[in-house]
Amino acid sequence: MSSSRPGISVNIASTTGAPTSREPSAPLPMRMTISKLNFFYGAKQILFDINMGIADKRVTALIGPSGCGKSTLLRTLNRMHETVNSSRLEGEILLDNQNILAQDVTAVRSRVGMVFQRPNPFPKSIFDNIAYGPRINGMKGALSEIVEKSLRHAALWEEVKDQLHKSAYELSGGQQQRLCIARALAVEPEVLLLDEPCSALDPISTAKIEELLVELKNLTTIAIVTHNMQQAARVSDFTAFLLTGQIIEFSPTPHLFTTPSDPRTEAYITGRFG
Amino acid sequence: MTDARLQWRKFVSNFMLTMTGLCALVSVSALFFILGYLLFNGGTSINWAFFTQLPKPVGETGGGMANAIVGSGKLLLAASAFGVPIGFLGGIYLAEFSGGFVASIVRYAADLLNGVPSIVIGIFAYSVVVLPFKHFSTLAGAFALGLMMIPITLRSTEEFLKAVPSNLREGAMALGASKSKTISTVIVPAAYRGILTAILLALARVAGETAPLLFTAFGNRFWTNGWTTPTASLPVMIFTYAVSPYDDWHRQAWAAGLVLLGLILIINILARTILSRGIAVPRS
Repeated sequence: MSSSRPGISVNIASTTGAPTSREPSAPLPMRMTISKLNFFYGAKQILFDINMGIADKRVTALIGPSGCGKSTLLRTLNRMHETVNSSRLEGEILLDNQNILAQDVTAVRSRVGMVFQRPNPFPKSIFDNIAYGPRINGMKGALSEIVEKSLRHAALWEEVKDQLHKSAYELSGGQQQRLCIARALAVEPEVLLLDEPCSALDPISTAKIEELLVELKNLTTIAIVTHNMQQAARVSDFTAFLLTGQIIEFSPTPHLFTTPSDPRTEAYITGRFG
Repeated sequence: MTDARLQWRKFVSNFMLTMTGLCALVSVSALFFILGYLLFNGGTSINWAFFTQLPKPVGETGGGMANAIVGSGKLLLAASAFGVPIGFLGGIYLAEFSGGFVASIVRYAADLLNGVPSIVIGIFAYSVVVLPFKHFSTLAGAFALGLMMIPITLRSTEEFLKAVPSNLREGAMALGASKSKTISTVIVPAAYRGILTAILLALARVAGETAPLLFTAFGNRFWTNGWTTPTASLPVMIFTYAVSPYDDWHRQAWAAGLVLLGLILIINILARTILSRGIAVPRS
């Protein structure tokens, strides 16, 4: 049980606000654990001594002002930070108690999926977009079943079932983002990372994706970066507040938004900066 | 705003509209003038025999350039087989793998190679292929033409790959695709229409090259067997026939010009057909 690791200050067991039927007093298992994480771009340090856990089958939100390092932190969780040459990482990131930094990067990414700020469907048909992950990962099973299942999970099936062979670009922005979520789900990730998934979307599409996230935590573990505090409050079970590369506060979401223990958290969530 | 000022603005606007339209018309009409001239002169000289018969000896009228048409086709085929893979793979390396310094050297070298006069390419091919093998050949001509296709293919492959939005790259890698898998299944497919068009345009460009063939493929008034003997080609035939003193040969040169143009037109139409299929990345 990794929530007892040194440096992880949040008492996860005190979660009462999490909207699930789980026994509130039972300690939550962690799907991922980040410990003593320091991150640099070149000589510039971006993240300072990050310690936190991503609770299994829950939504964990990362909030904070622009440039606080929340997206960088998210991107370390499936090692997407490695696409930048000058990046350097110290510390440990455990997925199911195994250090992802010591594993094959493609294997890590097929277990920890990611959805980006802007919808980024491939220039392929809707079907081929969803089937892409299963194909490259050599997944067994009928592709058409995987595609249908993934689209249903992403609440997109009813809208696209008659046009699976059309270009993904014919969908609206919100549909494209749900397509990207379906594409990530198709490889059955243990953890799904979302990097401000609604920042390019209108309010109605945003609402659909938020509903979807709450549904999806039955299926997978979710970590979401968001600019939008209301969104974090609506969808997440735990929230981490970051400021200049440090975690200021990491608590159950209702706790963080109603009785923040750090004055800086309070200043941020009441809109005094950021 | 005063009336006079408004009038002036309208005048400037109309004047500029007229000028731009006029310049567009001039550039189009230059093309149509050449096309019309070629169609008129070539069209009256072209006949079925041109496509099916060998050139007749001097003094005899009639005959055709069947050997040159086939020769040009073989030259272009072999040139593509040599130039396109090298340019394409080199472009992938340049766009996806190389560091800044290596890339700038290769890029500069490619641009220089692109600027080398085609006659110099011909001399080079002559000295490295023709001289060691001691005779002119289809392969020597194809080597010269392929050499000219490399920089065009390389640079356009690089440019089109780089134009693929980086969020597609991230999307593929986040699904567990390795770098090479990302390139082969997402990046190249997203860019292939642009790359293919560039390759076809490179092909169309070298199809009309005469100078590199003069002392590599040389020429041949008969059928060419295989790849290691001299071969006729349309551009060289046009050159030879156009500077000859015979009226009949002049007519044949016009006909050959028309056929060459038709060949290039077909390549272009092919390129556009390919472009209109599949799914393009929309411009954001």
